[in-house]
Parts: sequence; C-alpha cells; structure tokens
Amino acid sequence: MRDLRRLLGEWPVYRQLTGGDPTGRGSAAASPRSRCLTPRTAGADRVVKSVCPYCAVGCGQEVHVRDDRVVQIEGDPDSPISRGRLCPKGAATLQLTTGAARRHQCLYRPPGAGDWQPIDLETAMDMVAERVVRTRREGWEWEHEETRVGRTMGIASLGGATLDNEENYLIKKLLTGLGVVQVENQARVCHSSTVAGLGTSFGRGGATTFMQDLQHADCIVIQGSNFAEAHPVGFQWVMEAKARGARVIHVDPRHTRTSALADYHVPLRAGSDIAFLGGVIRYVLENEADFREYVTAYTNAAHLVSEGFRDTEDLDGVFSGLDEAAHTYDPATWQYEDSPVQASAGTREPVADRRTQDSSDDPATQGAGGAETHGSGGAVAAPRPHRDDTLRHPRCVYQVLKRHYARYTPELVEEVCGVPQELFLRVCRDLTANSGRERTSAFVYAVGWTQHTTGSQYIRAASVLQLLLGNIGRPGGGIQALRGHASIQGSSDIPTLYNLLPGYIPMPHHRAHQNLDSWIDSARTGKGYWHEMRSYVVSLLKAWYGDAAQPENDFCFDHLPRLTGAHDTYATVRAQIDGACKGYFLMGENPAVGSANSRMQRMGMAALDWLVVRDFSLIESATWWQDGPEIESGELRTEDIETEVFFFPAAAHTEKSGSFTNTNRWLQWHDAAVEPEGDARSDLWFMYHLGRRIKERLRGSTDPMDRPLLDLTWDYPVSGPHDEPSAEAVLAEINGTGPDGSPLTDYTGLRDDGSTRCGCWIYSGVYRDGVNQAARRRPHQEMEWTAREWAWAWPADRRILYNRASAAPDGTPWSERKAYVWWDGERRAWVGHDVADFPPGLAPDHVPAEDAVGVAALRGDDPFVMQADGKGWLYAPSGLLDGPMPTHYEPQDSPVPNALYPRRGRSPVLLQSSRPENRYHPGPDEPGAAVYPYVVTTYRLTEHFTAGGMSRWSPYLSELQPELFCEVSPALAAERGLEHGGWATLVTARNAIEARVLVTRRMTPLTVQGRVVHQIGVPFHWGPNGLVTGDAANELTAVVQDPNAHIQEDKALTADILPGRRPRGPALPALVAEYRRRAGVTRTTGGLDTPEGDRR
Amino acid sequence: MTAAEDKTRRPGGDGAAEPHDPARASGYTDPPERVGFFTDTSVCIGCKACEVACKEWNALPADGFSLSGMSYDNTRELGASTWRHVAFVEQTVPDGASGGAPDGAVAPGDRPLLGLTPVEPASAPGGDAAEEPPGSKIRWLMSSDVCKHCTHAACLDVCPTGALFRTEFGTVVVQDDICNGCGYCVPACPYGVIEQRPDDGRAFKCTMCYDRLGAGMEPACAKACPTESIQFGPLDELRERAAQRLDALHDAGVPEARLYGHDPDDGVGGDGAFFLLLDEPEVYGLPPDPQVTTRDLPRMWRHAAAAGVALLCAVGASAAATAVTAVTARRKASA
Repeated sequence: MRDLRRLLGEWPVYRQLTGGDPTGRGSAAASPRSRCLTPRTAGADRVVKSVCPYCAVGCGQEVHVRDDRVVQIEGDPDSPISRGRLCPKGAATLQLTTGAARRHQCLYRPPGAGDWQPIDLETAMDMVAERVVRTRREGWEWEHEETRVGRTMGIASLGGATLDNEENYLIKKLLTGLGVVQVENQARVCHSSTVAGLGTSFGRGGATTFMQDLQHADCIVIQGSNFAEAHPVGFQWVMEAKARGARVIHVDPRHTRTSALADYHVPLRAGSDIAFLGGVIRYVLENEADFREYVTAYTNAAHLVSEGFRDTEDLDGVFSGLDEAAHTYDPATWQYEDSPVQASAGTREPVADRRTQDSSDDPATQGAGGAETHGSGGAVAAPRPHRDDTLRHPRCVYQVLKRHYARYTPELVEEVCGVPQELFLRVCRDLTANSGRERTSAFVYAVGWTQHTTGSQYIRAASVLQLLLGNIGRPGGGIQALRGHASIQGSSDIPTLYNLLPGYIPMPHHRAHQNLDSWIDSARTGKGYWHEMRSYVVSLLKAWYGDAAQPENDFCFDHLPRLTGAHDTYATVRAQIDGACKGYFLMGENPAVGSANSRMQRMGMAALDWLVVRDFSLIESATWWQDGPEIESGELRTEDIETEVFFFPAAAHTEKSGSFTNTNRWLQWHDAAVEPEGDARSDLWFMYHLGRRIKERLRGSTDPMDRPLLDLTWDYPVSGPHDEPSAEAVLAEINGTGPDGSPLTDYTGLRDDGSTRCGCWIYSGVYRDGVNQAARRRPHQEMEWTAREWAWAWPADRRILYNRASAAPDGTPWSERKAYVWWDGERRAWVGHDVADFPPGLAPDHVPAEDAVGVAALRGDDPFVMQADGKGWLYAPSGLLDGPMPTHYEPQDSPVPNALYPRRGRSPVLLQSSRPENRYHPGPDEPGAAVYPYVVTTYRLTEHFTAGGMSRWSPYLSELQPELFCEVSPALAAERGLEHGGWATLVTARNAIEARVLVTRRMTPLTVQGRVVHQIGVPFHWGPNGLVTGDAANELTAVVQDPNAHIQEDKALTADILPGRRPRGPALPALVAEYRRRAGVTRTTGGLDTPEGDRR
Repeated sequence: MTAAEDKTRRPGGDGAAEPHDPARASGYTDPPERVGFFTDTSVCIGCKACEVACKEWNALPADGFSLSGMSYDNTRELGASTWRHVAFVEQTVPDGASGGAPDGAVAPGDRPLLGLTPVEPASAPGGDAAEEPPGSKIRWLMSSDVCKHCTHAACLDVCPTGALFRTEFGTVVVQDDICNGCGYCVPACPYGVIEQRPDDGRAFKCTMCYDRLGAGMEPACAKACPTESIQFGPLDELRERAAQRLDALHDAGVPEARLYGHDPDDGVGGDGAFFLLLDEPEVYGLPPDPQVTTRDLPRMWRHAAAAGVALLCAVGASAAATAVTAVTARRKASA
C-alpha cells in the first residue's frame, strides 16, 4: 500500500492534482533525479588548493577529489590574483589532467625502428642513466684553449618553464653536477631579453610590480602584449582600472581582443617599437614633461658620462667602441666619467681599484649571456660618479639622452612605425598627463617586445620612459613583463639556463672566471646588496657540495663546469646538427613547434644518439622520426634515423606538490591531489631517481670527472607508492639554513665563510621559520590589495620593487593618492602597504661615509638597491652589449631601410648564423628583396597554449580554434588573390607553410616611408600531431638573436604569401629552394659578411 | 495547461500588475529569489572561458573541429552540446563613435570604452579598405549568448512529457531522464536555443547549472568569467545593476549601449538571462522582438473551445434533427 502511494506520488499528474503546482510544469514535473540532484563536487572527499598550470598569471584552483580521482577543477575564490576566475585553458584543466589524451606508458624507439615499443619504467630509467654516463664520458672536456672547463658538451636539456621551481632546481643541480652546461628552457625563447633589459635598468630582471596593482594606474599602455588574449584573467585588473577611469591604450601591429577593450588602438609596424618609444622619450624631454624631482634624485640623469663616449648620432648609427670585424662593442667608453679614488676601509678592497668593467660585457667573454646575470644584481659601474644636479652639463646622462633621441620626432615615428602623428601625440599626451606626483601610468608588455634582435633594448626603452615619468616603484606604475608559462619566472630565478646559476649568479666563464675571487670580483657591484655576492655564491656551493666545499678548495668552485661562449638552445641545435651534442632531454617543451626554425630543430634531433621526451602526450618533438614533416617531404627516412627515443609520461600539477613563480614574482605552492597513474611521474621524481641511479653507477669511482657528481648533496626524503621525493625538502634547501641549521629568514643572513647554505639566495625567506610561505592562503577579502599573506614574493616578500621611490627623497609620500611606502621618523622605519625594498632602518637623509662599500654605501635616496650606483639607469654605462641607450634598428628580415640611419639597417652586433637550414632574406637594399615582400608577426591565441602540447589534445580547446589561420587585410587579400576561408601558402627562405585565410579589417596596411607595408598575422600553436593539426608558424622563422640574451626574432620577419595550399612531398623543399633562387639567397644574404656566414 | 495559466502579466498586458513570479506560478510555495544572468557585453574579452567551463561542468561533448571563418567564432551557435556561445562581430564604424574622448588626464565618467583602430583610408591598390569612408574605425564586438530562461517559456509550454520544467529558481530546465526526443520544443524557442543531439535525439540546453544552484553555487560560466561580463544573481538585483551600468555608459558617451531581454513587458515576459549590447540585437544574432511562440495558444484554445462547442451544438442539433426525422420516418413507416 505504501509502495503504491509512493509510486502514485511519483506520477506527475497525481502530484499536479494534489500538490501546489496546478500548471504541472513546475515542481510537479520535477523528475526524481532532478529532485535529488546534487553537484558532483558535493561528494568530494577533499578539495586541494592548487595553481593553474598554463600561463604565468597563476590563477588559484581548487581540485575536487572523490575516491582518489579528480572530479572537478575550478577557480579558487580566495586568490587575490584571480578571484576565482579562470580562462578557457584554466577551465579545461580537468580535461588536461584527466582526459583521454594523456599517456601513462613509457615508450622506446630503438635506432632505425619504424614504431614505438612499450618499455617498463625501471628499464627505461636504467637505460637513460647508462646513456648519460656513457655520453658524458665520451664527450668530456677538461680544458678549452688551455683553461679548465670540466664539462661535457655531449648532453643538453630543454624545458622547465612548465615545471615547479623544485623540479628546475634538481634539473640544474644534477646536470651541473654532471658537467652539463647546455641546460635551457622556454625562458630563453620568451623573456631572456626581459632579464637583460629590466636587470640593467633597475637591478632586477622581474616585473617591477604585480598585476593587481594595475587597478591603481591612471593610464595603462599595453604594447608588445596581447594581454586580454594571452593573460585573460590578469586582464581583469586592467578592466578594474578602466572602471575607475584609467586610460587604456593598446599599441600593436594587429587589432586584437586587447584592442577591442582598450580606449584606442595604435597599429604600428612590427619591429618598430623602439622608434615609437624613442619618440615618446623625445616628447617627454623636449616638453620637459619628466618628473624632474624623481629623475634627479632616483635616476642616473645627473651622472656624467666619460669623454670618450660617442653616440649613434655622432657615428652614423653606431656607438663608440664598435669592432666592425668582430661585430662586438668594447663598452669601455660608455662608462661614467672616472670617479675620484675612493679609499676603502679595513680589509675591503679599494673600490676604485676594482675594474669598472662588468664581466658580462667584457669583449673577451661576450656571447656567454652575461647580460642576463643582472636578473638580481646590476652591472658593475662606478658607485659614486660625478654629478651635475642641474642636468645641464653636456655630458650628463640627461643631456646625452636628449641628444640621442632628438631626431625621434613625430614625423620620424610616422615614417618608421606607420603611426599617424596625431595618434602618436595622443599617446604622448595621455602618458604625460597621467604621470607625476598625483598620477601614475603602467606599461605592460610580453613577447611582442622581447623576441627581437634588439629585444633587450625594447625593454630598456620602456624602462627609460618609465623612469623619466617617475613611474617605477610606485603604485599604479611600473612595468609588468607578462610571462607566459606557469613558472617561467621561476625557471629564470632557479635557472634551467646555461648562463646562470640560481639567483642570477653567472655561470663561470673559462677565461674570465678562473677562481672564486676573480669570478666574484668581476660580477659584483661596489655598492648595494649585489656587493654581497660572495655570501650568495659560497652558500650555493655549500648547498650543492656540502662538506666537500671548504675555504681551502674555493668551496668546490672547480666542480662547476665552465662556459666558453654561447651555449643557448640555438647553439645546442647547431651542435646537434654538427654532431657534438648527442643526448637531449626535453622536459615539457616542444621545440619542433615552439622554437624558431622548427625544421632546423628537427634536423638537430635527427642527429642525436638519444632523446628523452617527458610530456603528457606524443608531441611533435617525440614523433618527428616517424611522421614529421621531413619524413613526408622525403628529406629524412625513418629507417636511416639512428636516434633512440624514450618517452616518459609526465605527472600533472594535480599529481605533484611544488611551487610555481608567477609573473608577479610570487611563489605559489600547489599540493598533490592524487597520485599519478601508470608510469606517469613528476619531473622531481625523474631527476631525483635519475641522479640516484647515476650516483650508484659511479659509486667508488676515482675518476676526477666523477668527483663533482659524487660530492653533490642528493639526500631528499621520499614517500608514497612511487618514492616521490619531498618537494618541500627541496624548497627548504632553496631557502637555506643558518649556521645552526635552522631556516634562514632572508638573504641578509647569508655568510661567505661557509657557515650558511642556500640553494637560491633570492628565494631565501620562502621557508622562513620552517614554514612554507609559498603555501600561505589568506583569502583576499581579508587583506588589502598587496595581499601580503598570500604566497611569497621574491625578494624578501616585496610586492612592488624599488618602492623606496614611492616616497619623495625626504621619505614622505609623493602624494596622498599615491602613498605606498614611507619613512616613519618616530619609529625610524619604512612603513606602508608593502615590505620596503630598502634597508629597513636606513633614513632618507642618510649619507654614507666616503669609503663605505656594499649595503653600507647606500644613500638614503638610492631606491635601486641592486644597482652599482643605487640609481635607475636612463643610460646603461655597462651590462649590455649593444649600446647604453636603445636605438632603432630594423629587424633582420625587413622590407624597409632604417629611416633613422639609412646606412645601418640592422643592429651592428646582432647574432646571425647563416647555415643551409637557416638562411636570411635580402635586405631592402639587396637584390631580391621583393621576393619576400610582406611583414609577418607570430602570436598566441586565448584558446591555445604555446606549442600546443597542453591544448591541441584538449577537445574543448581544440574546437574553439581548430585550424591554423593567417590574418590579412582586405587590401592584401585583393593584392594576392586570397579568399576568406580559403588557403594560403606562406614562404620564407627557411620553409613554407599553409594556413586558412581570415581576411579582416583588423589588419591595417600601414604607410611606411611612402610605401604601403602589409602585415600578416600567424598564430604559432599548431603542428602535425594532436586533435587539431596544422603547420607550425615557426617553420617560417629564422634563428637570429639578440646579443645580450640570445633570444630569437619571431615577432617581425618577412615572407611571401600566395593563394592555395602548399605542395606536398619533395615539392615542398623544391618550392622553398625556388624562392631562394629567385631571391638570390646565399650564405651571405642579409648582411652577412664573414666567410663562414656565422656572426656570433 | 498552457501559457494561459498566467493572466497577471501577459505581453502587452497591464504593466502596473505585480511582476510575474514564474516559480510561484509553477507551484513553489516559498521559492528562493528568481535568479538569472546579466551578460554585459561591453566588458566581454571573447575568451570563451564560459564555453569551456560550461562544458567541463556539464560534461558536454566537443562539437566538432572546423574553422567557421566567422571571425574568432568557431562554435557558431548555441546547440545541444554548446550551452554558452560567444559571438564575434567585426565592424567598421564612423569615427567619433565611442572613442573620441579628449586627450590627457581622464576622470571617471569622462571616457570612451571601446577599442578602436583607425582604418587606413584608400591606402592599397584594390583593397576594400579604399571603400571605407575616411576616418572610419574598426570595432570588434563580443558577446556570450545563452538560454534566456524566459518568463513565458514556449519550450515549456509545448513539452508533452514534462521533461522541461520550471525550477524553484525560476529557470527552465530539460530533464534528460524524461525527455523522449519529440523535438516540439525546438521550433517553439523564439531564440533558437534548444536543440536535439543528433546521436541521441533528446533535447539539451543550458540548465543555469541547476545542480549547482541547489547547493548554493553559482553557474560555472559566471564563476569562470574573467571580467565579470557574465554576472549571476537574483534577477531583480541584476536588473538594477544593469540599469546603472547603462546609465554610466550613456554618461560616458556610449549612446549605442542598450539592454536586451530585461523588460518584463517584452514578448517573452522578460528574460532570466538578459544582456547589455552595443548594437542592434540582430548584429549579435539575436531576434529584435522575440515573442513567446505559444503567445496565441490561449486565444487559439478559446477559439477551439468555442468552435468545439459550436460543433458539438451543431452535431447535437443535427443528431436531434436526424433522430426526429428518423422517428418521424419510422412513425411514418409504421403508420
């Protein structure tokens, strides 16, 4: 009876008649399932706090776990960065981590084989360990040009920006211990020039501010960045600013989703940004619109430059010191005027006796990537140069700068950039009106600026401008260098980069750094915290080599392998093709799609003995031997390729603990939510157990080459079913310990006597009090915008860098509206909204003794505490290889001459490397220039991620942007007969690709030097593998590099475009060859004049 | 029962009447506040997080991988497996429309809001750009569309199985355990939102994350939206907020800003999901004057009933006449 009533009660008509729903379409119609519906998160056993693994915004995530399976991933509402929001990629993380595309089985491809075979994890690990030991031994070098190098050039690794800081740390530590110097990651190809540019300007290479502070800006210039598309969740802070009345300006070759939300968009020619920024600098100087008090007190505007200096205006496009044959500068004449001898106290070395030339720009060591070593410590220069506070002396920096930019008029800007004068002047007026005592403006950029042969100088140009406007170190100001991978900032700080050791300590150079003293003395500054470099270095060596590191043996300085020049990822590829580099690790990076000249990347891999790929899926860099473009074109045959390939499935961020450093410089911890399935393992696991196996193999060896490895400290506690090493133990080692073994509070506790240990000095404090500070998660609603109890920022938990400059020289805020950190005279301390980026008790009026050195030499008005002179550098007397001030040069491949210096098209010191697989286009003054007539720029889309490994396998993301396309203007479409929705083939001297055509008015033809320049946009996410496939844009790009940071020029090149699909098979290389023939391309084309065609 | 159930606030009816509460009208005695979406397209960055968050939460299948050529929109339209859809509209507009604010320092309220690229006039041979009037500019509109959860929902009216029902939140949900795939709801929707899944036959559309609402959570799309273009909340609050936003935009010199679907007097009694648009609705693919397609049903039923009665009467009369005739005839025969 009861059952009957229950059954009856389930009948909607009965419920309609008896219940309160006479319509029968409301409660009466609800099915039993609807009535019992609960969200699947309701049944979660636990919610684990995490961080999005895609870009460097670092959105908080909550991982819902039921029955040890991840059932949902959503934004973390507590996060002050993201406030619970996610972009499409972040929203697709459940599919990324739990989807069918992930592999869980190790694979092995024997030499010459046509297919993979499964292999068990243990065997694969043993095989890799065996190959590392063998290749290392075979390729070992003790000496190079009769100086010690102690290394192997036979092994290289690439990848780290998608990994945790702790993983990067173990990669760098183990490989350095093995004598491997060719360690690189995405930071090289994305933001290495940022480090060189910001570092030499301000003393640190990270963004000067944090994204949330953009809400306080009165004007935001987004240039070289497609903020809304590439960092959508960070863009909410631009929208906040806009809602508060801020002016938002987008300067970019294309009208993008960022332009759509900006107040106005300024289209300019790709590769011309320095001319544009130089024009704004000139506007500021000519109109005396600079923030004069700030400029005089906090920048080097008043410092006098040496008499020997000659500007590009004096020497028709080059600075003094150019060696035309070697294509290098001797920067000796760029220095400040000789400062008076300053006697030194006690046993400290006399400041004036020390060389004033930084080893990073020593002509003898150029090519070793020294400019990037200013990521946390400025270049060497005189600590107390002569000054003229009136800024009238003809050789003071202010006047030098004014002369340098005198010809960057609105007319010239129009001529070079294609920007109408009135539009350009509007930007000038907006910026200057929104800068000063009461107002601040912010700059935001990304790889649209970094990826040029003058990339470091692009960043310098923005730095100069922001210093002139007084926008550095202040709320609503600064320069935000938007990073593109979850921990690409971290993989620069804890560098999987060839030229750096943790904390931007330079890797030693075989000639310049033959012992501990010469290493330190050539790099550290005489003033500020970078003077204490010895403490940082010795503590690092103690962390790595433990008790073996003693004062008598220079703390095992000789365990470190030496650089002899450029060993960047592109040098490595050349070394692979040339047969010197035989083993290669790829850890979360896909160079067959993501690096410039991707065909060259694959040709390098095809010459390897062995290749290890660690990723989620079978990316292009794992399968090129089987189904790559060169197999299709017949240039390679699978059976001829002798490379052994190992594929190891990687663990996802939900399956491992560790920290990411986001674009704010904030370290955010994510906890493992579940164990990885099958053979999937973390990179921490991989490196730890690989190191353990290699150490076991070499146990008892008396061979001196094995000593560094055997001395390497490698004791990390393991736990869980897979013996996962403790990421927190690694973080504790990174933080460092004091003489008593307790965790350090910050880097000022480091000593140079061997009593302290620290894996990365700038991260010291992240494990303060033995507590994981990166895991701090106080909800943002409970804090002000600086969110000081959320995560941990390097250095020393400071959120805005150089924030001493937010107060006037006397220590009071410049204005109430822009108060941030100020001097509290009663407490004799700097107080405010942030940790002061300054010695805590140093009074604003402090004047140090004449003979003071290091931190004691800082004045009370020296806000740039890592700089040699305590000032922001409008003019860089050292540190960069291509000039003390940004100068407009054309890209390597450009359709127009340099309107500024017609006889000097390209930078005189850019790094070219003309090889059969990497040819350049004729310059505008060379015959054949018209063969590749159009400008191409590459970029990201919101819906995909970098080289596609984390998006092209995701159905949800793939359907949103399913095919490679190119964007062209209606005018170009008409000129070349391109049809909207049809196909186009793009051709360069490197390769040819096909893409669907989007004809759009968002692409604007520009008038440059009296002619129309058409620009073509090509996103770079596609490759032959995955759910959605297409050609890689990087087939088109050339390897040509910035001399400071060795970053490649992806953002401005030339190409031809024609309607229709590209040829298949051998006809493809034939097409490329035909174009080369028509253009007359040889190894000297494109400004090459050396017989070997290699200018490095 | 039909749409005639509600007589308090019919389209074109007496505006002074109490606002219609669809949950109460559907038999919920003490329902929570009616909730909805306010999608402010003036801050949409076209990132499509809403589309993905919706698919992730509702475990919807991908809809195919083909380039549409419709700007950055490859999803094309709402459907059985796409419950949020971001439209992209590339326009050329005359200079001076939104973007002509004065240079220099800006004060809140004294500002343009849209990104505009100047179009190079007559620059290139053969280009269409040459046809643009000098000084015209590019405007790129983006808008995330979704089921409107109409106050008077035709899909609900026509559903013969009770698969579509009105929830206590005032939203309209298809119950896939009830739906038999008859498809009546598909042509009934004035917005073309609901669709049958080809391999399955059943109809699907946005549920406004009914399962999440019950647990006090906001819908997945609104939670993900990076710029708060999609706002979720009690409908009354959203309407107030929208009115303020509209005023602010008008004050800021964006006269083309308008609300869509907010009006309880419109043809569907107001939408549970309404929009702030920057151009005519048609530009975004929205019907300019949507009408609940069952609008005339009550009248039709009344006519039908009257006709039925008349028919009955006629039949009755005829039958009576026949009977009389027959009787008469029989009588005649027997006489």
